[in-house]
Amino acid sequence: MENTLRPPSVLRTYPHWFYIPAAIVFGVFFVVPTLLSFYFSLTRWTLFNATFIGFDNYALFLSDPQLSSGLRNTIIYAVLTSGLKVIISLPLAMLLTSSIRLKALLRGIIFFPVLVSTVAVGITFATLMQPSAGLINTVFGSLGLPQPDWLGNPNLALFSVALVDVWKGIGIATVIFIAGILSIPLDFFETARLEGGNWVKFRYVIIPLARNATFTVILLSFIGGLRTFDLIWTMTHGGPGFASDVLTSVIYKEYQAGFYGLSTAGNVVLFILVTIIVYPLMRFFNRRELEL
Amino acid sequence: MSAEKSIAGASENTVPYRISKPGAIGIHKFLASIWIDAVSLVVIGVIFVVPFIFIVLTAAKPRPEAALFQFSWPSHFQLIENIRDVMAFGDNRMLLAIWNSTILTVGSVTLIVLLSALVAFVLQRRGDRIASVVSSVMLAGLIIPPSVVPTIFVLQRVGLYKSIFGLIMVEVAFTMPFSTLIFRTFMASIPGEIDEAAIMDGASPLRVFFSVILPLLRPAIVTVIVTSSVAIYNDFTGPLYFLPGAQNVTAQLTLYSFMSQFSSQWNLLFADVVVITIPPLIMFMFFQRQIVSGLTAGAIKG
Repeated sequence: MENTLRPPSVLRTYPHWFYIPAAIVFGVFFVVPTLLSFYFSLTRWTLFNATFIGFDNYALFLSDPQLSSGLRNTIIYAVLTSGLKVIISLPLAMLLTSSIRLKALLRGIIFFPVLVSTVAVGITFATLMQPSAGLINTVFGSLGLPQPDWLGNPNLALFSVALVDVWKGIGIATVIFIAGILSIPLDFFETARLEGGNWVKFRYVIIPLARNATFTVILLSFIGGLRTFDLIWTMTHGGPGFASDVLTSVIYKEYQAGFYGLSTAGNVVLFILVTIIVYPLMRFFNRRELEL
Repeated sequence: MSAEKSIAGASENTVPYRISKPGAIGIHKFLASIWIDAVSLVVIGVIFVVPFIFIVLTAAKPRPEAALFQFSWPSHFQLIENIRDVMAFGDNRMLLAIWNSTILTVGSVTLIVLLSALVAFVLQRRGDRIASVVSSVMLAGLIIPPSVVPTIFVLQRVGLYKSIFGLIMVEVAFTMPFSTLIFRTFMASIPGEIDEAAIMDGASPLRVFFSVILPLLRPAIVTVIVTSSVAIYNDFTGPLYFLPGAQNVTAQLTLYSFMSQFSSQWNLLFADVVVITIPPLIMFMFFQRQIVSGLTAGAIKG
């Protein structure tokens, strides 16, 4: 690298000890707990003493219906939210980069929920989704649509929370797509216009050239979806029953109940899940990028 | 003035989907383009603005009316009184929470800026093998979910469990990967010749960093301050796990605990939501551009 050619007097200006303050904080409060989690997940743990019990916690995770449905729900939630975010935010980003006049206003409106606390959003939507008096069902009723019990129906609760997640997160996805579309050289749009209009532009310009934006949106919302907690916890507490439990809410419940080893095993399961899904995705995306 | 500005802003932010011939915009075409604006405004307005109007209306209602969850104008508009009631509730608990959240946010963000700018400076300038190891560790930190109980265990061992300083350390550790990424990207745009000039003048490393680099990093610093303060202020999981105790309550946790205490006082619960949403609203009004650029940093170039 060119840096090795630099004189020592210059390299001395970039001392390695500048890493140290950050390394201490990151090491003690992130790396050490992460490494410890592998050991403590194999124990029955009270914080004061830990009894080694092998893979019992993991076995329980796979056999117990509540715990294993938490695992399944986590994957459903991540796939659903990241898929919906791509499907909705790409057309939105195209609309908001077109010659529409209210562009700045609309971008702002869509983006604002990103900054609002998840707990506040959860409380608000739990109220709007009240089965009898809530605003959503009132509107649905007056339009002659069915009025489901959004959060009380075990088959629906997880999907209702996922929809609110999409509502809150669509702003980030949209600004990423907007940045991606604006980074495409204008010549491509000109050519697409001559070649035949909006479909050509969408299929042969935006889809391939905003590809990095698509990858980013998928990756970010997938990671976010796997790690989700606040929204599920404020809207349903994982209920009804454990119909909308995800890994993080299971981790919290086991922690509250004092099953620290089991809770930590949940953390390791989440770690493994994130790693085996996200790393191959990243490698796949990076390879596709090189091919371009 | 502002109209001129927005038109100029619009043209550079527009992709020519429909290239109209200059001077040939007929009334028909004009109506067609207004039509798209109107439909977009109504649809996006209903979906994204109505929930916020609902929050403010409910926060302004008398207690029995708020419990009906109706989207209606309050018979008596008492937003200020309700906010005052929330503030006074439980020995001014809300004020304590705002104070705690302020210390937490300011403390964490200060350390995040300082520590991650130092890392990004050496990382980007050296670009050697150690730098690439540090980069991979940071990337892992972006992806890996933190493990909860072991973090509590470590906090107990170092005597920082249930202390705001302990939570500050945790927030710094969890947020640093993202802020370092932003600083590193920006660092690449500051030419190395600038450091070298300072080195020729005999400046020490710390002096180069603090009086040459840090001022030049200003736009990135604003981005990091704004994005991480919003994230930490809004953090719910961190205080829930690592900062239990009535004295340690933060803004987000007031909402959570009021949810059970105010079970029949929906007007006060939503007044709490209004109070808690004011800081992000201020950030949004003044720093929307920095937030957006921070969130899209690195997203496009990969």
